[in-house]
Amino acid sequence: MTKLNDYEEGLLRGAEGPAKQRAMQQLLAVAEFFDAADFVEVSQVHLMADGEAVGEAGVEYLEQLAALPPEQRRLKVPTVTDPRGADFKAYRRIRHDERFVEQERRAAQAMRALGILMTDTCINYQTIMPPTLGEHLAFGDTGSSIYANSVLGARTNFEGGPSAIAAALTGRVPRYGFHLDSVRRATTRFVVEEAPADLAEWGALGGLVGRRMRSYFEVPVIEGIEATPGSDALKHFGAALASYGSTALFHMVGVTPEAPSLSSVFDGSPPEPAERFTRRDLMEFMGQYGAGEDSLHVVVFAAPQLSLIELDALAGLLRGQRVHPDVTLIATTSPEIKSAADRMGLTAVVEGSGAILLEGVCFYQMHAREIGEANGWRRLMTNSAKLTNIIGGYGYEPVLASMQACVRSAVAGRVVR
Amino acid sequence: MSGRILQAHAGIGDTVEGEALVAADNFSARYDLDRIAGVFSRPSHKLYGRSYVGKVLVLNAAKGGVATAWMLNEMAARGMAPLALVLNFANPIMAQGAAFGGVPLIDRFADGDVTALIRDGQRVRVEPAAGRVVLLD
Repeated sequence: MTKLNDYEEGLLRGAEGPAKQRAMQQLLAVAEFFDAADFVEVSQVHLMADGEAVGEAGVEYLEQLAALPPEQRRLKVPTVTDPRGADFKAYRRIRHDERFVEQERRAAQAMRALGILMTDTCINYQTIMPPTLGEHLAFGDTGSSIYANSVLGARTNFEGGPSAIAAALTGRVPRYGFHLDSVRRATTRFVVEEAPADLAEWGALGGLVGRRMRSYFEVPVIEGIEATPGSDALKHFGAALASYGSTALFHMVGVTPEAPSLSSVFDGSPPEPAERFTRRDLMEFMGQYGAGEDSLHVVVFAAPQLSLIELDALAGLLRGQRVHPDVTLIATTSPEIKSAADRMGLTAVVEGSGAILLEGVCFYQMHAREIGEANGWRRLMTNSAKLTNIIGGYGYEPVLASMQACVRSAVAGRVVR
Repeated sequence: MSGRILQAHAGIGDTVEGEALVAADNFSARYDLDRIAGVFSRPSHKLYGRSYVGKVLVLNAAKGGVATAWMLNEMAARGMAPLALVLNFANPIMAQGAAFGGVPLIDRFADGDVTALIRDGQRVRVEPAAGRVVLLD
């Protein structure tokens, strides 16, 4: 039985209206499903609510919430958003259907009315407000969750959209999973023989580990990383691990805050390594996608959105180059970073090559199947292992390669490895 | 095996009865499904091309992203949802999606791998509150 305090009991009885009552009921159902002892206060909410995921039923739910009297819908904690399902300024450039864009407008309007901060980014931990060690959160993107838990030592479970809204309305989440010290201990040990050389390889390593994960509560610890990886490397590693594995926490010995040593993440003596990953494993992982023909329709840099540093690297590769007329190159970033890129001249370089720089969106969250059909895109090249994992379900044939190889291919008009 | 009871952890949602669609694969609504056509659309999934609408989906673990939390509700609103989800291991997203969308969910079976205990096409009754699944034929 999950214990409720007076405030939570009140919400459940309807003391603050039907919306917060329903929110508390949902939170309690999940709490009991996972045997949570009680609830925990959260300080920030990261809400995933793009139009494609939300659907018409979800948009109507958001609109109903927004129409309630203010005291019944007032958010208890600051709430920021994950990428939108359409770039309102640029959707025509990728033939994104107006119906979807209109649905997205309604969702965004309802969220603004609710007082949600429309940051439209999955890299809020790099660009908005990085969580702190031990901070309890309700983060709703697998990539932002795994980064906050692992790299920053904050505490969150995956809180999907409806649950993140329930957390925003109540300021609470059930105390189970990665809010608990005991669940944050490592369960499975992996050794990396040679560190990944670029972001695509970091994603591939995340994919290799993620595929070995059998449940959400399995926590991998990675050994053998000698040089401290940067934020973008851990971002790609974590995003791929979370995507392939449904994993919300990893430890990396000597790198992440809860793993100063191998023994610090295990209660007894550490188990034998489940697997040792070599350079060959990384190459095999990357090579499994898109073997054979070299035709190419679209090159995508997204999932996660690009940091300013990644955009700078992309601009460096595209400077003086021309994207082949038969290929579309798309990069996505957050509105804040787009604005910085505009100011610093990076957007002009990227777009000057014929590439498209979108803001506030991610590729797979923009009705990828329909935009693919509208543009004739099938063969997709990316340096994001996470995107490679997802996009097959939308009718694409992905190829995973470094940012350099992706740009070379976009210019050549065919896959160049 | 008619009448055999599979004990599990208490789940979410109402009791339902229907035909099982079974595979040892994992599950994510965003990654694996064409939710308009109501079929599995990820080529590498064992249920590729098969319709899940109105079926008791029996799969291994919840995988992938957070979108499933919204999508079960949206699928249910269009009458295109599975009848219930029976998994070895759910994750928070599945539980949140089930609670929001009213799709019955049950996991953590006492007798081992549920994808080996239920036959594809078998009729089953899913009783989330009691934490059990009854095999009917």
